[in-house]
Amino acid sequence: MKLNIIVLAKQVPDTRNVGQQAMNPDGTVNRSALPAIFNPEDLNALEQALLIKDDNPGSEITLLTMGPTRAADILREGLYRGADAGVLLTDRAFAGADTLATSYALSTAIRKIGKYDVILCGRQAIDGDTAQVGPQVAQQLGLPQVTYTRRILDLQENKMTVERSIENGVEVVEAPLPLLLTVDGAAAPCRPRNAYRVLRFSRAATPTEQAAEGFRYAGKVAADPQLTLQEWSLAYVEGDASRCGLSGSPTKVKKVDNVIFQAKESKRFTDSDEDIKALVGELLANHTIG
Amino acid sequence: MNYYTDNPVLRHYLNHPLFRRIVEMRERNFAEAEKYDYAPVDFEEAVAGYEQVLTLVGELCAEVVAPNAATVDTTGPTLKEGRVEYAPASEENMQMFRKAGLMGISIPRQYGGLNFPTTIFTMLEDLVARADAGFGNLWGLQECAETINSFGTEEQRERYLPRIASGETMSMDLTEPDAGSDLQSVRLKATYNEAEGRWYLNGVKRFITNGDADIHLVLARSEEGSSDGRGLSLFIYDKRNGGVHTRRIEDKMGIHGSPTCELVYNNAPAELCGSRKMGLIKYVMALMNSARIGIATQSVGLSEAAYSEAVGYADNRKQFGREIKNFAPVYEMLGEMKARLDASRSLLYATARNVDMTSCFEILARERSLTPEERQEAKAFSRVADALTPIVKGMGSEICNRNAYDSIQVHGGSGYMKDYTCERLYRDARITSIYEGTTQLQVVAAIRYATNGFYSTLLDEYLAEEVSPAMAPVRERIVKMAEIYRTAVARAQSFGCQETNDFLSRRIYEMASYCIMSALLMLDASANEELFASSARRFTAMSEAIVAAHATFIENYTPEVLNDYRSC
Repeated sequence: MKLNIIVLAKQVPDTRNVGQQAMNPDGTVNRSALPAIFNPEDLNALEQALLIKDDNPGSEITLLTMGPTRAADILREGLYRGADAGVLLTDRAFAGADTLATSYALSTAIRKIGKYDVILCGRQAIDGDTAQVGPQVAQQLGLPQVTYTRRILDLQENKMTVERSIENGVEVVEAPLPLLLTVDGAAAPCRPRNAYRVLRFSRAATPTEQAAEGFRYAGKVAADPQLTLQEWSLAYVEGDASRCGLSGSPTKVKKVDNVIFQAKESKRFTDSDEDIKALVGELLANHTIG
Repeated sequence: MNYYTDNPVLRHYLNHPLFRRIVEMRERNFAEAEKYDYAPVDFEEAVAGYEQVLTLVGELCAEVVAPNAATVDTTGPTLKEGRVEYAPASEENMQMFRKAGLMGISIPRQYGGLNFPTTIFTMLEDLVARADAGFGNLWGLQECAETINSFGTEEQRERYLPRIASGETMSMDLTEPDAGSDLQSVRLKATYNEAEGRWYLNGVKRFITNGDADIHLVLARSEEGSSDGRGLSLFIYDKRNGGVHTRRIEDKMGIHGSPTCELVYNNAPAELCGSRKMGLIKYVMALMNSARIGIATQSVGLSEAAYSEAVGYADNRKQFGREIKNFAPVYEMLGEMKARLDASRSLLYATARNVDMTSCFEILARERSLTPEERQEAKAFSRVADALTPIVKGMGSEICNRNAYDSIQVHGGSGYMKDYTCERLYRDARITSIYEGTTQLQVVAAIRYATNGFYSTLLDEYLAEEVSPAMAPVRERIVKMAEIYRTAVARAQSFGCQETNDFLSRRIYEMASYCIMSALLMLDASANEELFASSARRFTAMSEAIVAAHATFIENYTPEVLNDYRSC
């Protein structure tokens, strides 16, 4: 069978190598101080999409990202690894979005794409670490969702069997299509860029990039429709401006603190029933659990 | 980490003036851009594409292959019912390189390859060997495809090259228990079955790298009753047809990722590659030249690894209250390692450019007949390639052994422990001066270019090139060194004694090599002082001392000396 797959991806600052200037004094991320990369777990999601495509030739993978013009870089990165098409959702109106406004904007673009059987995204992005956008997109679209996906065990016309991570183990669930999956870092790593695709798709560009001075592949782009990356505005996806960007974002950052956990005192419990009972009682009493 | 983008040295070789011509010729003025969606439209795009693929491989090497290398070293391949199974981590590397589309680097596009020049393939192999020299063999053997491309029929090209480009592995089955350095003694028997119109192979091959490959090039005796090289032909054996099994995987000192096999041919069907009787004298000679450059590349990659391990250790290890890199005995070693590394790399890429120009003319000659000027030019490039190949293989491998030795020395006692990478590098490096022709055989291959004055002429050419003011004094020193070399060649020849020539040939070879490497590094330094100037000065100084030592030996030599050696 041929499936239409959408992968949601985010360009993020590489927080794995954080230096002194990583944060602005106002508590927001200083994006210019950090290299921009493909959010790692979104690559895990892309790999799941590619695995579906491996088993179902003819399936189409569309990569969707919201961000500034330069976020087109991760669309190319996705094409290098095997995605079929890229959509950049970009508009000043989207700027400053929290997870709610982001998931709204993405859902409008997904509606615009129209056909989809599976939507995949990373569990969370390494800049915000909220793990909210995937589930919210499912909610906006009224889709079932499976979070913390590790691997897809079985895929049929109307349903999918998925292994997902839970605390202390895994769980196997079945869900109907279309659905949204969030994929976590324990899933298969993404396959490498492919040299042939790199050579071909390094010319892929959004209309804005194609119009920029010094763009050298007008002829190639005219001959190969896959080399044009879609660039969609708020008006194009027919979104409601009041639900986008800052105005659509109820989240307000008051301040950012470093939290350092310190063990001030320790208690020792044996594995006897009495000790465990005492521990549970204590944790209930101080509201750590329950 | 990325072995390409983190190391500015490699990018330098993309800027050589001859490289543009190589790319334009190889791409036939970019005619394939219309036909293949991944073909470049111009030189700038071609180079941008090479850089992207180098970046991709640099990343895979640093993030996958290098971290796997220690496991591959301790696990190694296994033999199961006549078949070789790579170590699981080797298999992972292989799968990664297949998925990344890196198995047909220089195969033409019409057969599914990337059509990259030798210079780029060499740079990629340089990166891979730095990460894991053994994996470098498995991956690098794709270059055997060039033999089928050059000497096979069109039908064979169409049948085999796309399979190789999509990831099937190759081997070259040349040596046998009694035919190592002396390939003329090959005995594996090829019999032609008239009724079937097919060749069958019977016999044993030994020390075959990646011997359980999918597609083999096999040297076999096709002319019954013959006993020399003229009775040998080259065959293609396809594993799908069966008839060959691996009897043994050698238990080696190093390069554990690369299975070295003993193969038994039992009525294995095979097809002729090229013409009968030309196996050794033409095809294997060409194949070996390319394989020798492959080993030279592996050596440079290993040298780089040995140097970077040593620098990394010396930067961090503190003794007597300071990082050890601050002590003269340590920075002397590091400085000389880097100079040797840079010099062998300058020579490597000079050789690769000449190989590239040679094959560009070969490709052109298949399309149309060359003009007399072109023929002359082609011949000149091919001659330089042939003359530099035994130097880059011999000296590159000796240098990498020296660098691996020094890398352990910089590490001190820790370097002797298996915990440190330099211990593996030392074992891996050891084979480079042995396989694909020992250093002693490289001397044999090279010495004619010393005696006929070719190296001397080549040096004159290099020394006539314009250099930056900073390199002018270095050039003066090399000019003097070249004089000492010429005097030594003349003295060696003055005895009119073949035994003397053979005996002194290693020293003559080294003198020529040090002069040529100094000159080439000087030229690179002239183009990029920031990267190479200090290396060029160091290497020239080191070379002067070595050349002087050899000159002294040759000056004091008389044929009676031979008796003192023979009697021991």
